[in-house]
Amino acid sequence: MKKSIISPMDITVDELGALMDLADDIMKYPEKYAHACDGRILATLFFEPSTRTRLSFEAAMLRLGGKTMGFASADSSSATKGETVADTVRVISSFADICAMRHPKEGAPAVAAAHATIPVINAGDGGHHHPTQTLTDLFTIRSLKGRLDHMTVGFCGDLKFGRTVHSLIRALVNYTDVRFVFISPRELTIPDYIRNDILIRENIPFEEVSRLEDVLPRLDLLYMTRVQRERFFNEEDYMRLKDSYILDKKKMSLAREDMMVLHPLPRVNEIATEVDSDPRAVYFEQVRYGMYIRMALILTLLEIKVD
Amino acid sequence: MSEEIKTNGYKLYVGKIEEGFVIDHIHAGRGMKIYRDLGLDRLDCSVAIILNASSKKMGKKDMIKVECPIDQFDMDFFGFLDPSATVDVIKDGEIISKPKLKLPEKLVNVVRCHNPRCITSGEAQLDQVFILTDPLRGTYRCKYCETAYKNED
Ligand SMILES: [Zn+2]
Repeated sequence: MKKSIISPMDITVDELGALMDLADDIMKYPEKYAHACDGRILATLFFEPSTRTRLSFEAAMLRLGGKTMGFASADSSSATKGETVADTVRVISSFADICAMRHPKEGAPAVAAAHATIPVINAGDGGHHHPTQTLTDLFTIRSLKGRLDHMTVGFCGDLKFGRTVHSLIRALVNYTDVRFVFISPRELTIPDYIRNDILIRENIPFEEVSRLEDVLPRLDLLYMTRVQRERFFNEEDYMRLKDSYILDKKKMSLAREDMMVLHPLPRVNEIATEVDSDPRAVYFEQVRYGMYIRMALILTLLEIKVD
Repeated sequence: MSEEIKTNGYKLYVGKIEEGFVIDHIHAGRGMKIYRDLGLDRLDCSVAIILNASSKKMGKKDMIKVECPIDQFDMDFFGFLDPSATVDVIKDGEIISKPKLKLPEKLVNVVRCHNPRCITSGEAQLDQVFILTDPLRGTYRCKYCETAYKNED
């Protein structure tokens, strides 16, 4: 595996399989791994706040017996004094063994990886990449469905700007017989590079529809994202379409018994809270899988083997 | 001896080059941009720019003729500036080579990333690095944010 993980594309299908196998084992035998990172330090360099992601990394390291340090926003880092990303990670490389970086500027973790002597994990850079979210999504699906192939995957909401959607599509096309259904308003359909360069070029079956109700009964998996009011050109369209992209009990009654609902969180109103108690709603379990796959990633990047 | 080029009925005469190169088959309208991008405006040598010359192949085309020592240019850049262009390299008044233009794998500080969210927009000391990601379509992407560079004006 590469020394640093900047994009989901940095991980091959085989490496991904190995990571998920390791995460499985950690979930099954956590005590085996409880001291695997004794004496090691993870630095969380969050130039913009993302409490959930940062805590997930910190929990992962703490459960491996390691320690963590870092900052949670740019105000508490040296960036406000004008220090460059390159200089920040050069310094951090002396203190920590591995770091997770979140930054509002796209490409900042790539700059960090070029100058750090320790592994860098991209914990989200602007609207660009968020590889551990993709790992989390994939590991959740594999754990709860038992497979990543042979399924119909629905993506609903903002498919134009949602980076987690694009990354997950790119990852899932590597598996056999995965079909896609894209449910979104016309203004927020998948970008051309996904449609033309990936789906059409690779001959992947997909359809684009505007109503969730029409396709729900056929889905094995539904990945929900938020449709933001400001993405619409006019209020009329927003009012007309907004309810169509909110998942509620009534819509869930159309779905199959074993359909899974995922969401990258935070959720606003696109999934009604009445759906939370439905066993098919797995978005809170997703968070737990996210921690275990991060544990597997930290161990792998630090090249620590546990027998 | 002079070479004759027809443009809209006028005739342009350009003296013969002893040493230098001729960039031909430039898309009409891009000649001046290439002139600037290659930094020819900063050189102390004779340059002839012919705009909107008629061409059997292209309808209209631009050409640039430069008289200068030929070893000071990186021929790779011509292909990046205009993939349709051809280059004749001239020494002692003869064409000594017609290098096949190929796109360079990597461009350092040639073009700038226009993504306002890119780290290069916040940290000016970073090199502007673009990688050739699709040689067939000539697509370059920023090494950091992966935004594609559009090779147009
Ligand atoms: Zn960029």
